[in-house]
Amino acid sequence: MLHTIIEKNSYQDSIVLMLLTNYLETLDGVNNVQVMMGTPANKDIFKTGGLATDELEKASPNDMVIVLDADSDDLVDEVIEKSKEYLDEQGQADDQGTDDEQRVKTWDKALELGKDAPVALISVPGTYAAGEVEKALDAGKHVFCFSDNVTIEDEARLKNLAHEKGLLLMGPDCGTGIANGIPLAFANRIRKGGIGMVGASGTGIQEVSTIIHKLGAGVTNAIGTGGRDLKAAVQGTTFKDAVALLDQDPNVKVIVAISKPPAKEVRDDVVALLRAASKPVVAIFLGEKPAAHEEGLYRAYTLEETARIAVDLLNGQQPEAIDDQLEVPTIKLDPKQKYIKGYYSGGTLAYEAATLMNDALGLNAQDAGDGYILKKEGYEVIDLGDDVYTQGRPHPMIDATKRKEMMVEAGNDPETAAILIDIVLGYGAHDNMAGELEPAIKKVIADAKAQGRNLPVIGTIVGTDLDPQDYHNQQKILQDAGVILCQSNAQAVKTALALVGKPVHEDLKPILPEEASDAVMPAVSEDLQKLLTVDKFINVGLESFAKAINENGGHAVQFDWHPVSGGNVELQKALIFLNKVSLNKKVEV
Amino acid sequence: MVYANVEEANNAVISKIIAGSPFLLDVVPAKEVIDAFNHGKVLLHAGPPITYDKMIDPVQGACIGAAIFEGWADNEDDARALMESGEVKLIPCHHVDAVGPMGGITSANMPVFIVENKTDGNRAYCTMNEGIGAVLRFGANGPEVINRLRWMRDVLGPTLSEAMQMREPLNVNVLIAKAIAMGDEFHQRNIAASLAFLKEMSPSIVKLNINQKDKEDVIQFLADTDQFFLNIMMASAKSVMDGARQVQEGTIVTAMCRNGYEFGIRISGMGDQWFTGPVNTPKGLYFSGFSEDDASPDMGDSAITETFGVGGFAMIAAPAVTRFIGTGGFFDALHISEEMTEITTASNPNFPIPTWDFKGISIGIDARKVVETGILPVINTGIANKKAGLGQIGAGTVNPPMECFEKAVLAYAEKLGFEVGV
Repeated sequence: MLHTIIEKNSYQDSIVLMLLTNYLETLDGVNNVQVMMGTPANKDIFKTGGLATDELEKASPNDMVIVLDADSDDLVDEVIEKSKEYLDEQGQADDQGTDDEQRVKTWDKALELGKDAPVALISVPGTYAAGEVEKALDAGKHVFCFSDNVTIEDEARLKNLAHEKGLLLMGPDCGTGIANGIPLAFANRIRKGGIGMVGASGTGIQEVSTIIHKLGAGVTNAIGTGGRDLKAAVQGTTFKDAVALLDQDPNVKVIVAISKPPAKEVRDDVVALLRAASKPVVAIFLGEKPAAHEEGLYRAYTLEETARIAVDLLNGQQPEAIDDQLEVPTIKLDPKQKYIKGYYSGGTLAYEAATLMNDALGLNAQDAGDGYILKKEGYEVIDLGDDVYTQGRPHPMIDATKRKEMMVEAGNDPETAAILIDIVLGYGAHDNMAGELEPAIKKVIADAKAQGRNLPVIGTIVGTDLDPQDYHNQQKILQDAGVILCQSNAQAVKTALALVGKPVHEDLKPILPEEASDAVMPAVSEDLQKLLTVDKFINVGLESFAKAINENGGHAVQFDWHPVSGGNVELQKALIFLNKVSLNKKVEV
Repeated sequence: MVYANVEEANNAVISKIIAGSPFLLDVVPAKEVIDAFNHGKVLLHAGPPITYDKMIDPVQGACIGAAIFEGWADNEDDARALMESGEVKLIPCHHVDAVGPMGGITSANMPVFIVENKTDGNRAYCTMNEGIGAVLRFGANGPEVINRLRWMRDVLGPTLSEAMQMREPLNVNVLIAKAIAMGDEFHQRNIAASLAFLKEMSPSIVKLNINQKDKEDVIQFLADTDQFFLNIMMASAKSVMDGARQVQEGTIVTAMCRNGYEFGIRISGMGDQWFTGPVNTPKGLYFSGFSEDDASPDMGDSAITETFGVGGFAMIAAPAVTRFIGTGGFFDALHISEEMTEITTASNPNFPIPTWDFKGISIGIDARKVVETGILPVINTGIANKKAGLGQIGAGTVNPPMECFEKAVLAYAEKLGFEVGV
């Protein structure tokens, strides 16, 4: 039986109506259907199709006409309803695919375009970071928080909030990470592989992951926790969830954990959890020199050792002794040349250098503040990424000015025995740091030579052949300039120590039976699982992070973040008020 | 109706915008439908309220032209003296259900379109487009301009009126939907809609029993006037937005307009109140021989089109004009339209844009979102010479001042109990 539905004055494009016709044909009980505007020509088409009705004649060219052949009258209402829905949907066409760039300026829009993105990367000024992190968590996103200057109270609260929601808060002050093989923030390109990492983040993760890469293995996920996660106030919330996540990931064969020593209050918990892991764990608590491994929980002294043990275990081998037979070049130093000076762009690398020097030289020096990780007699290790040097100045991974100044000054000091430097490659770092440092390196060597001394400049490149910078060219520039290039930071420091007659000895650590652990792995939520296979992100802030994601097989919605209402506090309050205010009153319409 | 919160009120406004159904009914002398003209010497102007001394040169020029047209003076000096005397009452078009392009100067005997929003039963008015070149809306007031206005009063208006009486009221939504698919965005480009209008009207016009010369002149004028539909669009948008603002709550922008001195907006929750700030000068491309130095500050009620969701908000519908208004190519247009979705509330499915994958025009500018994001509405506009009577010198885009939106948000919050300055 034929039914005619006329929507007066409802113009629709003919293509849309053809699509609507196709759609209505799929409804159960529809024998035949046609939707067109009521023009004379279209009326003829209705007739030819066996859908002529008397009502059809009354339709004007501005009316949308549906002629329906259906056995049941009930279907008429359904067809009207479905048509309306369909046409409304047409008007709300999916945003996906209309714009490759996908730039947004609001959370609403970011969440609309990034509805499938499980992770938000946040790099906004510190004072706004906590608020933005909370918005992302409330929207059900894992958060990678590059921003720093978040109070530790906020950090603890937000991490608990994340944990309760089955989400992970990486950071604040999370400088690097790898998610499903995609480099996040300041990170290197590392091949995917069977080693899963969790670390306070920063150059520790970068050094270990790049060495793993150089050794032929790979890292699919490296989870940063931020530097304060293992403090008593935060209780290792993110660290524990991250370990649990990696432990149940079938693709992870070995877990690497990198941190400064945990606070006394959380240390037992953390170590017990590592012991409870079902997979071999390599842990390094920077600054500690462990005497022995445990079965299943291997303890490393240096970042290089961490990487080597992890790769050995991945290959089914027991850890080998770190080669004592370091190839130390023969360089004759003047008797006055006693002091090693380290000028680092990576904080964890500086910390490692200070540890090795303290231990080998028996200095017992403490962190001296102002970027001095070590300062005693003439020995010094400086982290040029410390706030003291980066206030109003670019990070030393991007700008070498201050470092070059310090190197040249140390080169002219007759008591300097060796200068240590790091060159960090990867996203976020300078395109050609070797080239930037080259003149200063040459000058240091030439100045010393002119004064009748040999002065070794010893360096290491934290990077891989996959990094956006040309690794081999960086190598060549440094070697041509006269740098003694080492395979790791640890080797660089050990070379310097050997040159001043204080070689580092590392014995093969015995493997003791694993101590009992009653720790229970935290449950891993379905949402948390998604982190392992993430390829979509919402990038809130620094655009270069989105670029790195998009270049590595991921997809990032770029949220060009600005403070709400230009930072005007009264307007911000008014907006919050308007979002919450109740309008329970009668309104005449 | 009771609304639980601002969100719900805004959605009610949006529903009314989507449901709006403007029909063009007739063209009549303004005084027949706008009662203010029957009480002394009155001129309507574009934008929020303003006094004659604050008007920029092109708007003053248009006032003088209107005074001559109405027979209040027979030369420019007398007309200027009359305007300066304050004897002529100035009323914003928006205060009498009208809108006016550029200067927006409208007088009693100028013919206006009557557009009725059948959904809410309200009407809106707008003068007819005069074409390009020396025209009153850009401040020209020479004999050529006055003669054209007289012809529009004596021939064009009555002819169109008669023709309209021979047919059904013109469903404007249908024309909009058709023309948006043909590349109009209805502020800078109306050529498809203008031709569609001519197509609708010409069968009736040719049937009229009137002087053949007049018939030919009317058809020729409509055929020559690419922007003829703009004024119909403006009246239609005004009728829909006025219907929608009967929901007297929420933060949806219901009018945007400028008088060359100030930009004014209204929001749904604050009724007739204007929130103003100093106007900007448009940026864009200039005809050869002109530059930004020659440009008049922003003016006209035509931003009602953006308020309704077309114009700059539908830039992507009209790739053909994106370069003309100085916004680069297709992807710039796409970017602008995408960005506008960050300050609007919904899409209007009645007007899908083919070049936007059939997404509907973005509607319901939320003043809160403008303030929150700092994203200002983009308005497509003609650029007038800052000296009266020299006409259009280019086209481009312009933004309202942020101040309007900030004031509106604070005022509405305050009305609902927010304590400002605490």
